[in-house]
Amino acid sequence: MEREKLIETMESILGPQGVVSEREQLRTYECDGLMNYRVIPELVVLPENAEQVQRIVAVLYDEGVPFVARGSGTGLSGGALPVASGVLIVLARMRKILEVDIPNQRVVVEPGVINLWVSQEVADEGYYYAPDPASQVVSSIGGNLAENSGGVHCLKYGFTTNHVLGAEVVLADGSVVHLGGGKAPDSPGYDLLGSFVGSEGTLGIATRITLRLCRKPESVRTLLAAFEDTEGAGGAVSGIIGSGIVPAAIEMMDSLCIQAVETAVAPGFPDAGAVLIVELDGPEAEVEQQFRQTIEICEANDASEVRVAEDDEERALFWKGRKAAFAAMGRISNDYYVQDGVVPRTELPAVLKKISDLGAQYGMRVANVFHAGDGNLHPLVLYDNAVEGEAEKAEDLAGDIVFVCLEHGGSLTGEHGIGEDKKKYMPKMFTSEDMDTMQLLRCAFDPHGLSNPGKLFPTPRLCGERPGPYQMHPVQKAGLAENF
Amino acid sequence: MAATGTNVHVGQIRSIVGDANAREATENDAIDGVAPHFVAEPESVEDLSRLMSFASGEGLAIAPRGAGTKLSIGNPPSELDLVVGTANLGGIIEYVPGDQVVRVEAGISLEDLQERLESEDQMLGLDPPEKRAGATVGGIVATNSSGPRRLRYGTVRDLIIGITVVLPDGTVAKAGSKVVKNVAGYDLSKLFTGSVGSAGVIAQANFRLHPLPEAARTLAVEPGGTREAGEAAQAVMHSQAEPSAMELHWSADGGTLTVLLEGIEAGVSAQSETVTELLSSFGEVRTLTSEEADALGPQEPPQVGGDEVVLKVSAYPAALSEVLDLVLGAAQRGGLWPRITGHAGSGVLFAGLSGGAEEALVGAVEEVRGAVLRGYPGGSVVVHEAPLAVKQRVEAWGPAGDKGPLIRRVKERFDPGGTMNPGRFIGGL
Ligand SMILES: Cc1cc2nc3c(=O)[nH]c(=O)nc-3n(C[C@H](O)[C@H](O)[C@H](O)COP(=O)(O)OP(=O)(O)OC[C@H]3O[C@@H](n4cnc5c(N)ncnc54)[C@H](O)[C@@H]3O)c2cc1C
Repeated sequence: MEREKLIETMESILGPQGVVSEREQLRTYECDGLMNYRVIPELVVLPENAEQVQRIVAVLYDEGVPFVARGSGTGLSGGALPVASGVLIVLARMRKILEVDIPNQRVVVEPGVINLWVSQEVADEGYYYAPDPASQVVSSIGGNLAENSGGVHCLKYGFTTNHVLGAEVVLADGSVVHLGGGKAPDSPGYDLLGSFVGSEGTLGIATRITLRLCRKPESVRTLLAAFEDTEGAGGAVSGIIGSGIVPAAIEMMDSLCIQAVETAVAPGFPDAGAVLIVELDGPEAEVEQQFRQTIEICEANDASEVRVAEDDEERALFWKGRKAAFAAMGRISNDYYVQDGVVPRTELPAVLKKISDLGAQYGMRVANVFHAGDGNLHPLVLYDNAVEGEAEKAEDLAGDIVFVCLEHGGSLTGEHGIGEDKKKYMPKMFTSEDMDTMQLLRCAFDPHGLSNPGKLFPTPRLCGERPGPYQMHPVQKAGLAENF
Repeated sequence: MAATGTNVHVGQIRSIVGDANAREATENDAIDGVAPHFVAEPESVEDLSRLMSFASGEGLAIAPRGAGTKLSIGNPPSELDLVVGTANLGGIIEYVPGDQVVRVEAGISLEDLQERLESEDQMLGLDPPEKRAGATVGGIVATNSSGPRRLRYGTVRDLIIGITVVLPDGTVAKAGSKVVKNVAGYDLSKLFTGSVGSAGVIAQANFRLHPLPEAARTLAVEPGGTREAGEAAQAVMHSQAEPSAMELHWSADGGTLTVLLEGIEAGVSAQSETVTELLSSFGEVRTLTSEEADALGPQEPPQVGGDEVVLKVSAYPAALSEVLDLVLGAAQRGGLWPRITGHAGSGVLFAGLSGGAEEALVGAVEEVRGAVLRGYPGGSVVVHEAPLAVKQRVEAWGPAGDKGPLIRRVKERFDPGGTMNPGRFIGGL
């Protein structure tokens, strides 16, 4: 379809205010949170409801035009990077909380709803939404779903995938399906909802999402412990987990990271080689006893200081320091690259040592902040874009770090996704058989590869769609299956 | 119809998996009255892969089998030539207690696995009733079985973190990893959860583990009626106690609600007080002895057999009393004897109906299914157990809804020859 005609059709669905076509305005959408990749889309559309999304996608399918969904654009792997000849479908105007159902502990939202709004909406009822990415004040539930986002409290409560119970999805051909049982559990058949969560926008667009709400815990206790180095802090982490305690969160920051955070938001962290923030929550009697035990374990691992948050304000200060970690790097370095790798928890000491060796080898600074409880590392590689070649060097170093994670039995990404950024590394973690098999799913959802094409896999699998008459499955041909 | 296996000799299968690991099938290998020709139990993923590509090349209809505790799940097979058993794939591949992760072969029994984990004070948070009958991990994943502790630990989908599958063409593919947190690639372990052998054979699976609780207590109350049972369950659900399980046992003359509290002793006793107080307005609250807890609490084995139809009814957690009424009403109208157990906090009830003629059983299944689908969108009624005559008259899974065509396309992609457990899956796939 010609551009003018496409604009006209989109305007007929959305009205002129729902279509962005001016080049300068299109630029606003050229990248997500990962700014090294930029592409200006053909068109940006801003639907206001599910029906509009469905109509847009149906038109694009008929015309063979690819599309990319975008929530708040905070993704860190280039997932929402537009395709040049395609349409960017921005869901930021779909921001209604459609239903709050406290008796069933569920909430139904539109995809553009901001993560934190959900918890705010149900706070007075004593509930909250557990997955809490550091970006929760801006990132959308649709984006969280597509990335299977994690957060500091996921150690105990699980990731986005454990809290999404249903989704209405517009498939690439414009059809609408309801995945998962929503308020009812154990929908029979393949767990297509579980497969859709974390698929990074490549299997369709979620337009309505059912989430699980959690009851606020009776008691929350938080401490900050300082150690001489990350090894000491790591010992405490192993001690806590090994004792059978399941903390709500255990986060670690190294000295460079502490410095940056102090400069940026001054939470008053001790000057140490490493700090741990440990939070326990649950029934009071249990939390009290295990919190005492946690303090003892920190002390037994030679903590130089253990600071207990005396009230909500102090707890908030600890978390402010932690959540500001990425942004704070701007205070100690012109530029930084956020890596996201995972290792089995017991490999943490060996991996941290290798990261520090790699930093020395490259002559670059690496700050470490991570979800220590589940082995999810965020090494921040500091560099200066103004210095010729440094950006490439930083990316190489970050790549080497993630290879170390793989060598130690880990993963390429714990929460930021593969997107555009890491698809080239996929063959280091998966065989071509693995990736071909994953793409069978893609072929079932989107045989023409229109939904967020080019992401996630280094080479798309051809689905062998034969145009022409519908082919009957052998099972159906034998008259053994009903035709859906 | 695919080849019936007449051209294939057991010798060919033996040459792939080894003489001791293949045999002609007997009547005991039949599934819902449909007898296979061969049974093969490969010893390695490589042999499994070669077996699968041979079998699909020959067009043999394949049924994967673990311990065979739940072969009655799903519709009766439309064809069956070869049972592929995982009995010889029963090892622990890797277990590092400090990582709280285990990698196992699909054929290991959950009981054996739990025993090994217990020696390190850990556990896999799955407790389906089939465990006692020796259910394998692969079978539990394939049927998406869960038990009482799902209230706290979730179901298979929440605990599985990686998978290795063998597709009908012999392709060996893995997804996920052995770390708890990982978002690289599509999560095929979820796709295969509940796939009932329709897309390939699960060869290996990785799980996240939890610490074994030190202390446990089961409280019980006998609410006066279904309304009170629902209210009692809601009171616990909305409290700040964190029970591991909340189970209901109900019959035509009422029943019991049990609440399992686990953790450290101090926490368990404090929570027991809270829960006792909440429940005391519904009747006298008792602490069960451990024998009682085994019988009544969250460990009850299924009492399968005879002419009982067992339905798994999934509806909204807060609708417990309505769903109970609906099942009891259908039983009464059909002159049937109801025996209901269920996960009261999760919206899952197992309704056993017996003591009536085939016609009455079929009618009751249809009545319950109709009412649940109308009243609780997203809900489902699955026939878990039933005499063959009943199974042949009611669809095991119920309608697939608007995702039916998508399920069919997934099936076609993974199993283009249509040889994996044909007929047994949702929609007759
Ligand atoms: C400062 C900062 C801190 C962060 N901290 C964390 C953290 O702690 N944990 C974490 O996991 N991530 C974190 N992130 C990454 C990011 O915030 C998450 O990935 C988030 O979920 C992205 O949401 P979004 O709405 O911005 O999605 P976008 O960036 O707009 O999109 C992300 C992907 O989702 C797809 N998508 C969006 N909406 C839909 C939909 N409705 N249906 C289908 N696909 C859709 C897009 O196509 C794209 O592939 C952080 C990012 C920043 C900048």
